[in-house]
Amino acid sequence: MEFLIQQILAGLAAGGIYASLGLALVMIYRATHLINFAQGEMATFSTYIALKLIRAGLPYWAAFVVTVIVSFALGVTIERVIVRPVERAPHLTVVIVLVGIMIVFNSMSGWLFGTTLEMFPSPFASSALLENRLISPHAAGSIIVVFAVLGVVHAFFRYTPIGLAMRAAAQNETSSRLAGIRVGWMLALGWGLAAAIGSVAGMMVAPTVYLDPNMMAGILLYAFAGALLGGIESPMGAVLGGFIVGVAENLIGTYVIGPELKLSAALILIIGILIVRPAGLFGVTYAVKV
Amino acid sequence: MAPLLEVKGLRARYGITQVLHGMDFSVEEGSVTTILGANGAGKTTTLRAICGLVKTAGSMRFGTTDIQGRQTEDVVRLGIAHVPDGRGTLTRLTVEENLRVGAYTRKDKVAVREDLARIYEFFPRLKERIRQQAGTLSGGEQQMLAVSRALMLRPRLLLLDEPSFGLAPMVVQDLFRIFRQINEESQVSILLVEQNAALALKFAKFAYLVETGRIVLAGPSDVVAADPSVRKVYLGY
Repeated sequence: MEFLIQQILAGLAAGGIYASLGLALVMIYRATHLINFAQGEMATFSTYIALKLIRAGLPYWAAFVVTVIVSFALGVTIERVIVRPVERAPHLTVVIVLVGIMIVFNSMSGWLFGTTLEMFPSPFASSALLENRLISPHAAGSIIVVFAVLGVVHAFFRYTPIGLAMRAAAQNETSSRLAGIRVGWMLALGWGLAAAIGSVAGMMVAPTVYLDPNMMAGILLYAFAGALLGGIESPMGAVLGGFIVGVAENLIGTYVIGPELKLSAALILIIGILIVRPAGLFGVTYAVKV
Repeated sequence: MAPLLEVKGLRARYGITQVLHGMDFSVEEGSVTTILGANGAGKTTTLRAICGLVKTAGSMRFGTTDIQGRQTEDVVRLGIAHVPDGRGTLTRLTVEENLRVGAYTRKDKVAVREDLARIYEFFPRLKERIRQQAGTLSGGEQQMLAVSRALMLRPRLLLLDEPSFGLAPMVVQDLFRIFRQINEESQVSILLVEQNAALALKFAKFAYLVETGRIVLAGPSDVVAADPSVRKVYLGY
């Protein structure tokens, strides 16, 4: 029984990472109706930045904060400089641009920081506060950080005027512009936030899976599966879906199929959802008059 | 005194299709002016042109500012509120969130709260549904919400695009009574676009008639209403 609880908790820790990345994916999806394929690679790049800062002597949490801020700025810049010019282009064009960004970031990580596996420090590893029998201190700390981030993001969207403006801009561009909302900047803000959230996910997962340019590829897939499961239009759904996928992946991998097929299970889940209920658990199905 | 809004030679296009071919009209400060015309005449495009939602050429002056070619977000900040046709409700937000979006550009928090209270007095049905998702409101309620959202801007000029569309006559009467109240109490100038000519001519002081992107008739409402061709084509008698 204790083993089962350990697996569930470990699944929650992983699920938290998927939930964070899934939230980032949903934020951009709601505003643009596109999946930001580059989300994972941007997160990896951010994690490398954090590593460099730590190696340069910065204390962990200072490096953490700086990385989040830099990632935010990076997200905003990418939206304004690369995505904005193709805003009105056909969807396929934008998809290609996003894939391009993904490839560029992946290569930049390898080129600037090297392709050898790196160890990434955890601020929780030696924490006496988090010692327990059920999960590693880092996993416990990771869950706490993820919940804190999710809470802050939720409060931001629910209770601040800019959060409200961003939600409005994602839903109805014309009405938002008529209310004076600068829709373009709201989109850029969304990208910045998504990049910042991604960087936190990267820093939380790197100690467990070690840092290399391809760290996030598989994780992004799980996050995508989780977001689809919960409903790609629903932030809460994406978060819940991420946690479900995390726990399910761990339990299935431990009790049913073994770790080799876990990624395939995620892919099968994605295909299954798209066939059976594309809107996901909490998503909304749109009826379009033609 | 110079008109609040003065438009000269307004041309507008969607892509390569020219829709307005040189419109001249103006709105006096504090007045209610209407633009009439059949479907496709260019009425909605005119309002969208004022707000910068379509590509325009020509001259448009609001107060002392030249607004032609300006971004919608900037035009709106000058005090022009547009209630679009179809209402433009932010369906997934609550009623109160819709209203707060309307007040987005305002910095005077106390006055915003006052305005919110006044809106709820005007429209008790909205007050009952503060936390309800806006998309679940009835047509009439969404229209009230759209107008309220525009009023939260504390505009000097209110652009109304076919507010009576799809609404029951009783609801339309209520709505127009409130428009009259807003115009008289708060000095908000109104530019009304309507297909329902009888209603518009009763409500407005000054009228313009648009046909295929051009103004073909202009004058005080009673004069326009008495015009024989207007009576035959738009009023039905």
